[in-house]
Amino acid sequence: MRLVEEKINGFTLLSIEEERIDAHNSEELKLTILHLIEDGEINIIVQLKNVRFIDGSGLGALLSGHKNASSKSGKIILITIQPQVFSMFELTRLDRVFEIYANLDEAINCQLERLI
Amino acid sequence: MSQSTIQIDVLIPTQTKYLDLIGHIGERVAKVLDHYQGDRDALAYHLNLVLTEATTYAIKQSHATENTNAIENNVRILIKIEADSVNIKVYDHGIGVNLNTETLQQTELDHTKENNIGLFFIKKLMDSATYTQLDDGNVLEIIKYL
Repeated sequence: MRLVEEKINGFTLLSIEEERIDAHNSEELKLTILHLIEDGEINIIVQLKNVRFIDGSGLGALLSGHKNASSKSGKIILITIQPQVFSMFELTRLDRVFEIYANLDEAINCQLERLI
Repeated sequence: MSQSTIQIDVLIPTQTKYLDLIGHIGERVAKVLDHYQGDRDALAYHLNLVLTEATTYAIKQSHATENTNAIENNVRILIKIEADSVNIKVYDHGIGVNLNTETLQQTELDHTKENNIGLFFIKKLMDSATYTQLDDGNVLEIIKYL
């Protein structure tokens, strides 16, 4: 799975450079997020701009990350979700579980405003 | 003129790298429906998704069972497109203990169980889902009325 990691304003930005997340690659995503959290990177922004399809295992991988990050007082933030992919979050009501923003600037600004 | 019956019969090895192929067949099915009046892009995604989930389940079932017969290391997917429905049958050779009527009837997702999301999608997006034990395996039958 092609994943790109960057550091931005204290967050780890994890960009998923795949069009499809399914059971073939979701375990790798799950483990990548888990290892980041274990390494102390507990605030992670996941960029889904290129993802056109996600299945239950993909949502499960993100949900697993959310639980692990929350248990260490961190968070998983999702940005730039394509409409059809977002509809899967709505269907499962996971849109109420995750913090979701339209883009990176909005996500960062919202987090910084909370610190003021 | 009514939709001609189309049947697609696919046999794949029990490997997740073929999920992309199966999912895309589902998307293409949505494009060839002659008289579908609904959101065709949404239907394409949903057929991609349920085929992906059902095939994933069959692959997991097969891996949970020690199969020595070559045919048992394959998953068969049968898609029948008719005027008023899409009927999907996914055959596995597992022991079939993890899927029951109760699981397929769930209408609300339990967020504490990450592994149940796929079956939730099948139930939520399709009109009928049944899992039946056969002499040599199991079949998950899914119907979407158009």
